[in-house]
Amino acid sequence: MSPNSIQAAIDTLSSEFDLFDDVMDKYEYIIELGKGLKPMDDQYKKPEYKVQGCQSQIWLHPYVKKGKLYFEATGDALIAKGLVDILIRIYSGRSAKEILESDTSMLKSLHLSEIISSGRQNGIASMLKRIYGFAKETSASQTAITDLAKEQT
Amino acid sequence: MYKEPFPFFQNSDIIYLDNAATTQKPQVVLDAINDYYTLFCSNTHRGSHELGNRATQEYEAARKSISSFIGAEANELIFTRGTTESINLLASSYVKEHFDTVIISELEHHSNIVPWQLHELHLVVVPVNEELNIDLNVYECILQEHPKSFISLTHVSNAFGIVNPLNSLISLAHQYGCEVLIDGAQALAHLSIDVKKMDADFYAVSAHKAYGPTGVGALYGKYALLEKMNPYQGGGSMIDDVSFEYSTYLDPPWRFEAGTQAIAQVLGFKAALEFIRTIEGLEAHNAKLLEYAKAQLLKIEGVQLYTYANNVSGNISFNIKGIHHDDIGILLSKQNIMLRTGHHCAMPIMKKLSIEGTIRLSFAIYNTQEEIDICLEALQKAIRILR
Repeated sequence: MSPNSIQAAIDTLSSEFDLFDDVMDKYEYIIELGKGLKPMDDQYKKPEYKVQGCQSQIWLHPYVKKGKLYFEATGDALIAKGLVDILIRIYSGRSAKEILESDTSMLKSLHLSEIISSGRQNGIASMLKRIYGFAKETSASQTAITDLAKEQT
Repeated sequence: MYKEPFPFFQNSDIIYLDNAATTQKPQVVLDAINDYYTLFCSNTHRGSHELGNRATQEYEAARKSISSFIGAEANELIFTRGTTESINLLASSYVKEHFDTVIISELEHHSNIVPWQLHELHLVVVPVNEELNIDLNVYECILQEHPKSFISLTHVSNAFGIVNPLNSLISLAHQYGCEVLIDGAQALAHLSIDVKKMDADFYAVSAHKAYGPTGVGALYGKYALLEKMNPYQGGGSMIDDVSFEYSTYLDPPWRFEAGTQAIAQVLGFKAALEFIRTIEGLEAHNAKLLEYAKAQLLKIEGVQLYTYANNVSGNISFNIKGIHHDDIGILLSKQNIMLRTGHHCAMPIMKKLSIEGTIRLSFAIYNTQEEIDICLEALQKAIRILR
């Protein structure tokens, strides 16, 4: 396993979480992550960037830079922001291929019911879907560009 | 004091304060369901064998018992899947044909908004004042403007516990030639209901919010009105005669019960209401918990209560200044306390109050003052972490 892989990022986080005996300490840590979430440019706080999920509001702005996928996000509740921060740590700065080859079941080792449960009211699950959806779109358009380049040569 | 009849609490030490969403079920309800499946499982209103007759008798006895619980006659009670289906049935089988306008209040649950929209009925909304009450003068002005409309109002607000003054609201409505449906989903477990005394034209309930099973409820309607209504769904058990050219239907209430009904749930529903009948001081217990919770909540810094009035039943809604309700909900759940946070399926009133949602404590007979203390201690801990 590469030290920079998605699995490695998840393992690092889950070993951090394992240090907490008390579930409240774990959530206190997630809240701290939420408070420290890198601010997102306000121009992306628009309906098209809003992630569906009825418990709290989350906005996610995905973009591509030098072939890699990046995510920035914000929300109005601290725990949701903390969970968003965790997903950004895992998925931001990776290639579409790497994301698409990873299975979301890997996230189970984090033992965070808010991420695992896939209810329609779970904004975090919707955010995860958005991340994979963006990876799929990007992968398709990157393939199209490569095909076009091949045709032109 | 009332935890013993509920097997859930023998299996769990959870503090359950989400009773407005659904209540736990007593053993007598589970027994009623089990008895049907293990002793006389058979379809109702079909054939003439002994077992089927027994199931039919039990089912119709449940109709009699449940209707009498709300002061109605047996033939005025239609079984449905719950309050939501009751409202949808009425919209589809009656209101869309006889009315253009439906008057509702700002406090309504989505299930008393969306069914009318689905049938493209014109909605007129009665505003509530700062204390979340309907102002009778404002209400009467709306009736003057829209006489002979259909009116659909909640008995008890699911998001804020406000109890509407039904006697005045219904009698005023009748003075202006309107007909009235009352959404009783949040009232059945807490208040004594007499549909005749309040003179409601229709009244809708769900079993599961009153210690009964999920997936069953009822619609009461004055018999003369039920007779005017079209069938809701077609199928077995609702017909008088069928040919390929033409079918005729049974009289109410069977006209509205197509297909095999939720027999076990209906029997469980009856057992739940019989269980409620055995509880002494139900309303006093409820009022005591509400008063206590309100007084204790007001001691917490930054608490914003939404219901200061006295006409409140079953639940209390609040927020903590500067903290998102969802964060509180998650941290309380991690401390073994289950309650609801969010918009409580009443988005329009949340928008009016300029909030995304609230934290709601909703009570049942098994809740205690001690549980409220534990809940509020856990709340203080959550606030400390979040601030």
